[in-house]
Amino acid sequence: MGLHETRYRGLLGWFDSRMPSVMNAFRDHMSEYYAPKNFNFWYFFGSLALVVLVIQLVSGAFLAMHYKPDAASAFYSVEFIMREVAGGWFIRYMHSTGASFFFIVVYLHIFRGMLYGSYKKPREIVWLVGSCIFLALMAESFFGYLLPWGQMSFWGAQVIINLFDSIPVIGPDLSTWIRGDFVIGDATLNRFFAMHTMMIPTILMGLMGAHIFALHDVGSNNPDGIEIKDHLGPDGKPLDGIPFHPYYTVHDMYGIAVFLIAFFAVVFFAPEMGGVFLEGNNFIPADPFQTPLHIAPLWYFTPYYSILRATTAGFLIWIALGVAGYGVLMYLSVRTMGTRIAIAAATAVLLALLVGPTHLDAKLWGVALMGLSTTILFGLPWLDRSPVRSMRFRPAWHRAVLGIFIVAFFVLGVLGMMPPSPGRTVVSQICTGLYFGYFALMPWWSRMGSFLPVPERIRFAAH
Amino acid sequence: MPSEATSPEMPDVDRERRAALVATFAVGGAGCAAAAVPYIASWGPSEREKAAGSPVDVDISSLPPGKMQVAEWRGKPIWILRRTPEMVAGLRQDTERLADPESKRNAYPTPEYVMRDPATRSIKPEVLVLIGICTHLGCSPNGPFPAGENVQLGEDAGFVCPCHGSTFDLAGRVFKNKPAADNLAVPPYRYLSDNLIRIGEDTKA
Repeated sequence: MGLHETRYRGLLGWFDSRMPSVMNAFRDHMSEYYAPKNFNFWYFFGSLALVVLVIQLVSGAFLAMHYKPDAASAFYSVEFIMREVAGGWFIRYMHSTGASFFFIVVYLHIFRGMLYGSYKKPREIVWLVGSCIFLALMAESFFGYLLPWGQMSFWGAQVIINLFDSIPVIGPDLSTWIRGDFVIGDATLNRFFAMHTMMIPTILMGLMGAHIFALHDVGSNNPDGIEIKDHLGPDGKPLDGIPFHPYYTVHDMYGIAVFLIAFFAVVFFAPEMGGVFLEGNNFIPADPFQTPLHIAPLWYFTPYYSILRATTAGFLIWIALGVAGYGVLMYLSVRTMGTRIAIAAATAVLLALLVGPTHLDAKLWGVALMGLSTTILFGLPWLDRSPVRSMRFRPAWHRAVLGIFIVAFFVLGVLGMMPPSPGRTVVSQICTGLYFGYFALMPWWSRMGSFLPVPERIRFAAH
Repeated sequence: MPSEATSPEMPDVDRERRAALVATFAVGGAGCAAAAVPYIASWGPSEREKAAGSPVDVDISSLPPGKMQVAEWRGKPIWILRRTPEMVAGLRQDTERLADPESKRNAYPTPEYVMRDPATRSIKPEVLVLIGICTHLGCSPNGPFPAGENVQLGEDAGFVCPCHGSTFDLAGRVFKNKPAADNLAVPPYRYLSDNLIRIGEDTKA
């Protein structure tokens, strides 16, 4: 392209006639990428996630210049950064606050997708890559949380790595392999540092690139859930689309400014967020002989942690009832005999493993349910059978169902931060049921009710 | 080759070259798999960490009855509790509420030489040697608490795990309906003399 024709003047022209791919990419992904013109508040969080990623990469690189991944000196090197490195406290609080904000932004970004059906055809790959990003982000945060080598770092990692112990046959060897020792020690800290600073960030950046490429191939969804590519103007551009640059770059700049105000308010005035962003016990050096009186994971993991704790021996019978009911529902919903036999067999196997004479431990089921709770997002494009994408044109009670799911997720999150008690366990068991029920029953409820007619063109009134 | 890219049909396959390519990829793939072995093995415990599993000797001559001493073996806390005769007597009462009073489960096999009396789980009835790591998810329980001093233990004496609330009696046996299913593990140990215990090695070794 640019090699044969002069597209720009001056220095840019000189550059473009030698390496046109840079401006080609700029055109494809910025100035000639057409995004729907009706983006609302919820559409800020994708670009905000990118901003937080940059904050984490830069602050993390500078922390690594002073941090020592060594069990004997890790805790004190963090204190050294906080007290003696010029500006060290600022870099470290940006990084710790950035971790929590990453999850806030990503959770809101995922919620946006659920609200407007952004995962539906043809955006399944965008959604699958996004779900991988979410898992990678959880891994990144888990590895990073060991590095300050405080009491919470140590015992949090101890509990999570011991989850692998419950896997039959290979469990104990697997957890020793992950730790690199028979207990969490120097070897564990050293490899977690490498994972946190090299492996996972590289994977995360690759996935982010794939997420954006996949999105730009199919085009962005929007609050109305209508394809803008269905209505092209005479120039072949979508009539309801506007170029990402300059319209959305300027628009996002505004969102980023507001976000940074909130972000730095936390960094400067409440970096510990009352023990939620940085836990009090983590200001005590790791002591392998003394577990703190109350341990809890960081707030963004507590919903899944609650699901793990809710799975007690007494809860298995309730899970079995749920599985049996679901098996019957699936059996009655399919016609072909082969599928019916497969469903009956799968249900029988699950029931045997739940309540049969040689059933698996509640601990292992807890681990399985916790794993399922984070990976079930992958299934959303196929679980949702609604004829329309956006919540705007779905029956009003669909919003209530989504609302109940969000409330259950919040309750699980809050309970996960508190010490367990019999009453709280029952509440978290009910919320675990609601959490999985939302997804498991979606193929049925998502097509029930009367849907509003979807307009031909995007409804947008310029202010 | 833009002219050929428009053709939907595959050009004729040169079988000889195709075979050479397949063979190259197979050998290369096997090489990659072989090269992955040391990378995966590098995550296992190093020789130094395996050596750190070597036995430690603990002198209990100054341990008074009713008190507990903590030693380190393989980086784990090893509890040595010198039980009073009342504590030992308490172990024989009311085993109904214990999940596994005879230590029959074998996720963490209890050594035979401490099982001559399943109530004490020790070589000498009064001296209890345990790994102080909860069998649920690896926290270190608190204790020992005398009877009636801890809400979660109630009328029993024993240990309480702060993470998920499992409770254990003074022989490390877990109570029923708790997150942990297994009794606290007993490390391999033997007496070198009356007051000297070697942890990490038993008479079989």
